[in-house]
Amino acid sequence: MKIAVIDYEMGNLKSVTNALSFLGAKPIIVKKPSRLRGDKIIVPGVGAFGKASQNLRPFGSKIEESLESNIPLLGICLGLQIFLEESDESPTDKGLALMKGKVRKIETNLKLPLIGWNNLEIKKKNCPLFKGVEGGYVYFVHSYEAVPEEDVVAATTEYGRQICASVWKNNVYGTQFHPEKSGKLGLEILRNFLEL
Amino acid sequence: MLCRRIIPCLDCDLAVPGGRVVKGVEFKKIRYAGVPWILAERYYKEGADEIVFLDITASHERRETMTKVIKKTSKRVFVPLTIGGGISTVKDARKVFNAGADKVSINTAAIENPHLISELAEYYGTQACVVAIDAKRRYINNHEKVADKIIVDTPQGSCWYECSIYGGRKFTGVDAIKWATIVEELGAGEILLTSMDKDGRKDGYDIALSKKVCEKVKIPVIASGGCGKPEHIYEVFNKSMVSAALAASIFHYESYSILEVKEMLSKKGILIRL
Repeated sequence: MKIAVIDYEMGNLKSVTNALSFLGAKPIIVKKPSRLRGDKIIVPGVGAFGKASQNLRPFGSKIEESLESNIPLLGICLGLQIFLEESDESPTDKGLALMKGKVRKIETNLKLPLIGWNNLEIKKKNCPLFKGVEGGYVYFVHSYEAVPEEDVVAATTEYGRQICASVWKNNVYGTQFHPEKSGKLGLEILRNFLEL
Repeated sequence: MLCRRIIPCLDCDLAVPGGRVVKGVEFKKIRYAGVPWILAERYYKEGADEIVFLDITASHERRETMTKVIKKTSKRVFVPLTIGGGISTVKDARKVFNAGADKVSINTAAIENPHLISELAEYYGTQACVVAIDAKRRYINNHEKVADKIIVDTPQGSCWYECSIYGGRKFTGVDAIKWATIVEELGAGEILLTSMDKDGRKDGYDIALSKKVCEKVKIPVIASGGCGKPEHIYEVFNKSMVSAALAASIFHYESYSILEVKEMLSKKGILIRL
């Protein structure tokens, strides 16, 4: 199975491609929108929303075309956040607006960035990403949180209060955590995406 | 809530083909511990929350060996991998990221060129930039002028902490606690805080140091140096706000497995991923 991993120069892709290869899939790193094809598409990414928005914009229409052809899309971390409309981090830059809502700075007295293993609370038990998954710890690294304005939150995690850990809308999936860095449980979630 | 993290550290001597894991005592004497990627995979399977490789040879001709170690490890280990030792430019960092590392840890280069912290944070995100601080106690007597230093009371007396670079071989005069606040401003995502006084002595972490740095910064702090038994990890989690504890020898020589240590911590009420 060929998995397109979009390289829009937002951090390092090696961990994602390593995990995909380990699971028996064939990751293809895609740098040009015209080359975007595969059985599934992954938007990884760490870093700032503004630069991500600018770098991903050329892929926008190709991503929409793929979604229309029922190709599943997974955003990881910043890749999830960019699916929303906008972010406090860079108010002038727009997201892909695949779902309604914003990205906000996490307001907390606790440590930031939020780095480490946090508990997953599944909200949408029928979400295919979490098939056979009861919950458990996964690895997060972020300072901003997705705040969707429609009913798309598939899982949350607790950091002083419940914050969004995963989204699901039709063929669009997102994880705020890094499944590729979350041990066995992470690989299980990634395998669920590959099996869609 | 976020779990406290247990991080095994593999000090790598890359002077032999394929490299080997060694353990120093107070930054000097060396013992052999195993093959880097084999140990790393064992730790991953035992439940390590993250793995740190430190290149203690850190010379340029041996960088290829480190790349090989990271490549082999990252194909089979799916928790974050941090690489430290001898990384002094964004180009050096890019090599280890491309090989499969998730974070780099910088010490000497950060002190000599603080701008590198911001550069790394910009290219790879703050989470990818760990600043390692090797801190040495400098006890004070009444005659000394230390007005510009942050004084910490320890069971052994009052002291300030001096940053050391080049693997403990050079002292900088820089106040380690002040430096921690500066690296946070520059964009560091985490601080790897090693006590040079405690390192390799197996009599516990430097609690006073860990507490003080955690009070001063908002980014996560990883305590390092001095772990000789699981109770030491409990102590540093219980008495300070550190987010993670790093240890080497207690895991290397199979005295304790990571799972055993985590189960013990969990029983004592520390939130841990099991």
